[in-house]
Amino acid sequence: MSADLRDLYQEIILDHNRSPRNFRRPAGANREVEGFNPLCGDHYTIWIDLAGETVRDFGFEGSGCAISKASASVMGTLIKGKGTEEASEMVEQFQRLVRGEMKPDLASLGKLAAFAGVSEFPARVKCAILPWYALKGALEQKEVVSTE
Amino acid sequence: MTSATLPHGVAAPLDVRRIREDFPILSQKIHGRALVYLDNAATTQKPQAVIDRIVEFYTKENSNVHRGVHVLSEASTAAFERARETVRRFIGAGETGEIVFTRGTTDGINLVARSFVAPRLGAGDEVLVTAIEHHSNIVPWQLVCEEKGARLRVAPIDDTGTVVLEQFEALLSDRTRMVAIVHVSNALGTVNPVRRMIELAHVRGIPVLVDGAQAVPHLPVDVTALDADFYAFSGHKVFGPTGIGVLYGKREHLEAMPPYQGGGDMILSVTFEKTTWNELPYKFEAGTPNIEGAVGLGAALDYVSAIGFDRIASYEHDLLEYATAKLLAVPGLRMIGTAAEKASVLSFIVDGIHPHDLGTIVDREGVAIRTGHHCAQPVMLRFGVPATARASLALYNTREEVDALVAALGKAIEVFR
Repeated sequence: MSADLRDLYQEIILDHNRSPRNFRRPAGANREVEGFNPLCGDHYTIWIDLAGETVRDFGFEGSGCAISKASASVMGTLIKGKGTEEASEMVEQFQRLVRGEMKPDLASLGKLAAFAGVSEFPARVKCAILPWYALKGALEQKEVVSTE
Repeated sequence: MTSATLPHGVAAPLDVRRIREDFPILSQKIHGRALVYLDNAATTQKPQAVIDRIVEFYTKENSNVHRGVHVLSEASTAAFERARETVRRFIGAGETGEIVFTRGTTDGINLVARSFVAPRLGAGDEVLVTAIEHHSNIVPWQLVCEEKGARLRVAPIDDTGTVVLEQFEALLSDRTRMVAIVHVSNALGTVNPVRRMIELAHVRGIPVLVDGAQAVPHLPVDVTALDADFYAFSGHKVFGPTGIGVLYGKREHLEAMPPYQGGGDMILSVTFEKTTWNELPYKFEAGTPNIEGAVGLGAALDYVSAIGFDRIASYEHDLLEYATAKLLAVPGLRMIGTAAEKASVLSFIVDGIHPHDLGTIVDREGVAIRTGHHCAQPVMLRFGVPATARASLALYNTREEVDALVAALGKAIEVFR
């Protein structure tokens, strides 16, 4: 397999695709956003349980490619317990990362660094971003977001 | 056909090595590997003859058509009208007045929906399509139906992706004003029995439009034998340029229809009080047409005709069978669309791997396939999948290329194991 493919489909991404974390509707969910990519059919619903300024819980369901599913799953594990401001900052960082606009700073990005390889595949950038758009929508009280 | 008329000495059966030499793009490397182009249902590659013809047109003949008395205008008009005659012969139409140049299949269908169907559609009337239509043969009908309070009915398919003829027939009612059916499905490859379907509609006096976008590169089409009222196709799917298409319509219908768009070239005389429409087909060709496109399309159809559909169909049939058997041997692969009558298209999913991931991985092996819903979301819904991977063949594809696809799928399976 070529090096850039290995960078794209890292073990952590394959793992989260196989066994997505928080793949359910959280009991206390109070924000719900549908995220879809009309061109390719990727379609997810994400929920957050927002307690004041804190993301107390997160969950998602739906279907799509490995990149979008792993992106949603990893995102969930990282934003649970974070404040809304910090979560919004991560949304911005992640977008810059997969667009190749920043060097993957392994220390601050943690697991997200696994998505740096996406920037080599322009057609797949929106797959990775879709769940993050949805999260942004949830933080901003939107109901539907689309990558188109 | 005698061998003297064949391009580059192509002999029966089809000599794919020689054919491939006619398509310069195919010798490209992608990610350091030989390009394996299996996205022909999206668009086909162009033979040198088409590329050369377009260059020749701009080098020697370019001018506006139907306008001037000067030499170049006469040359471009002659080239443009020769292309129309080539199209007429290619699809077996009776006269060039029935050959309208459009921007493509979608444009042709919209023309018919707007100028032919909308005026005769009332509240409670129906338009009938099949469950395997491309969005371009769904949405134009939805638009006119909504406007007129009419209803879009859909003839269902069985689990192989074949239209259930009895149910199609049962849906032909005294409210049906139009039947619009695809000849070959872009998402599944199903070949509709359009001749029989047209018969069934005509018995009840219902006109039929056939969407031939995926049929013309693979099957001989004879609109007269089919008795189609309208037949639409696109140049770029049959080795011609993008932005040019053809709408065939029976003279009696085209005569009775109001123009689709207004402008130059489609009128006989204009005063501010009254405008008289031009004769057929110019009534439907407002504005300066895509001259280069028409001329390029003419060259493409000449190219295909010189090879001959007997050769093309038998070669492609053999290749489709080979590819089907090879793909079915891939572990976890499920074919979507297994109709008895199929052309060119292999739509499939692989257990545990989303089509987009498949598409990305095989691309790195130089293999170009399409992934997604193929502008046929109702088909995806019918089979309960969000998307499929689709390999679609053309006359220049080879068994080795099918093997390359299968090997690339093996790599994808390895990644996701």
